[in-house]
Amino acid sequence: MSDYMLEIHQIDASYGPIQALRNVSMNVSEGEIVTLIGANGAGKSTLLMTIFGSPRASKGYIKYQGRDITNIAMHEVGRLGIAQVPEGRRIFPAMTVEENLIMGTLPIGDEHMEEDREKMFVMFPRLKERRNQRAGTLSGGEQQMLAIGRALMSRPKLLLLDEPSLGLAPLIVKQILNSLRDIAAQGTTIFLVEQNANHALRLADRGYVLVNGEIRLSGTGEELLVNPEVRAAYLGGH
Amino acid sequence: MEFHILGQQLVNGLALGSIYGLIAVGYTMVYGIIGMINFAHGDVYMISAYITAICIAILSFFGISSAAFLIIITLIVTIVIVSLYGWSIERIAYKPLRNSPRLAPLISAIGVSLVLQNYVQVSQGAKTQAVPTILPGVFRFGTETDFFQITYIQVLLVVVSFASMALLTYIIQKTSLGRQCRAVQQDPKMAAILGINTDRIISTVFILGAAMAAIAGVLVTLNYGSFDFSVGFITGVKAFTAAVLGGIGSLPGAMLGGIILGMSESLFSGFVNTDYKDVFAFSLLVLVLIFRPSGLLGKPLVEKV
Repeated sequence: MSDYMLEIHQIDASYGPIQALRNVSMNVSEGEIVTLIGANGAGKSTLLMTIFGSPRASKGYIKYQGRDITNIAMHEVGRLGIAQVPEGRRIFPAMTVEENLIMGTLPIGDEHMEEDREKMFVMFPRLKERRNQRAGTLSGGEQQMLAIGRALMSRPKLLLLDEPSLGLAPLIVKQILNSLRDIAAQGTTIFLVEQNANHALRLADRGYVLVNGEIRLSGTGEELLVNPEVRAAYLGGH
Repeated sequence: MEFHILGQQLVNGLALGSIYGLIAVGYTMVYGIIGMINFAHGDVYMISAYITAICIAILSFFGISSAAFLIIITLIVTIVIVSLYGWSIERIAYKPLRNSPRLAPLISAIGVSLVLQNYVQVSQGAKTQAVPTILPGVFRFGTETDFFQITYIQVLLVVVSFASMALLTYIIQKTSLGRQCRAVQQDPKMAAILGINTDRIISTVFILGAAMAAIAGVLVTLNYGSFDFSVGFITGVKAFTAAVLGGIGSLPGAMLGGIILGMSESLFSGFVNTDYKDVFAFSLLVLVLIFRPSGLLGKPLVEKV
């Protein structure tokens, strides 16, 4: 059972009296790209944040590499090799682009900092042009690239992304999804939360569909892409 | 205009302003990181005055009379002990209330302030305490009758203040610890996701603030020589004013606010009226807040999303 890199087992989570997740079980194996799709308010972001303990799961457990992480502190999760590109990107606006990247190295120290920073600049040349600029002045797409770059600076084994395509121009979305493919090819396991089901399912090995806090469907990317229910609800019905 | 008076008041203003700046740094850093005013900060400064006096008394008792040695040991001991106070205040008054309404830690900090004042009053007595002059001597400028002077202690005070602020600025701007502090200030949750122990960083900020107040306490005590258990209140309010004047949350703002406040107070006392210097200082604050609500170097609370 504990061959999974990330195993979420029958968890519930709530914000005060409002229950956001009900009996959710899912897993991610090493080397996979797994996606979770669902409408606004389905609980996608909650599920990602529950891995970091905010909100905490009130039932069930979350295991990472066989270790129960359900109740450990948020910053300790961040040091286990799990990096997150959170909803809304959450870059540090008053820091420079370069400082934001350095912030990502905390879990592993700055031993590989310069090497990895150059890698990020190769992957996202726009960041190199703006390396000394305050991150708050970047465009949405550039901020997204920075958030991904920052997450990768910790050389994560598991990368969690929360709607990296949200609010971005189609061309930028394509560019970001392509970088995700490269990142996966280099051995990082990816768990991608998306509303943009079409893109996400094409990229992913497997997918889950979250409806009102419950897992409604799961399957391979191709299976879900042709599933009539998914097509009707998330792919505009064509 | 009497230039020797102007010169003297500028010197006094710079000395006073450096002190306000040093203490203001503690207010502004704590505000920056948890969005709350540490009302016990003035009393941390008061404690450092007492520790300075005790330290000098003990060292003198052992026959140490070298001024440099006395001052350095006193600085180190005071910084260490007062930092411990800063850390404890955070542990006792803030940490248990991290998820409470904002009013709760405010009240608990005022409580700590009262406890510290009364504890010092009971243990050290209510009367004004004094320390002997350790470093006598002055630089004198001007003619026999019209002159102004800078005491050695004032020189020491200004030099040490600026050096401490420069060191602190370096720590915040250039070191990993400083980046972590800024990250927690800008987005504590994201900082934790990146593996930063936010509780530890908040403790560190209280310690840094207390250390700066400790330096201020040692310097003021060496300079003015007398203090009592209530000095923390008015000095704290002044330093808080300096922090708001410069833009609360901004480190250079705290220093600038301190210098401006010290200078204006000093010039007002020298040329207008000593009794109304506090009125003048606070009027200045009101004016700045009317025309620049975020302070001189503060940033308006708008960030591009």
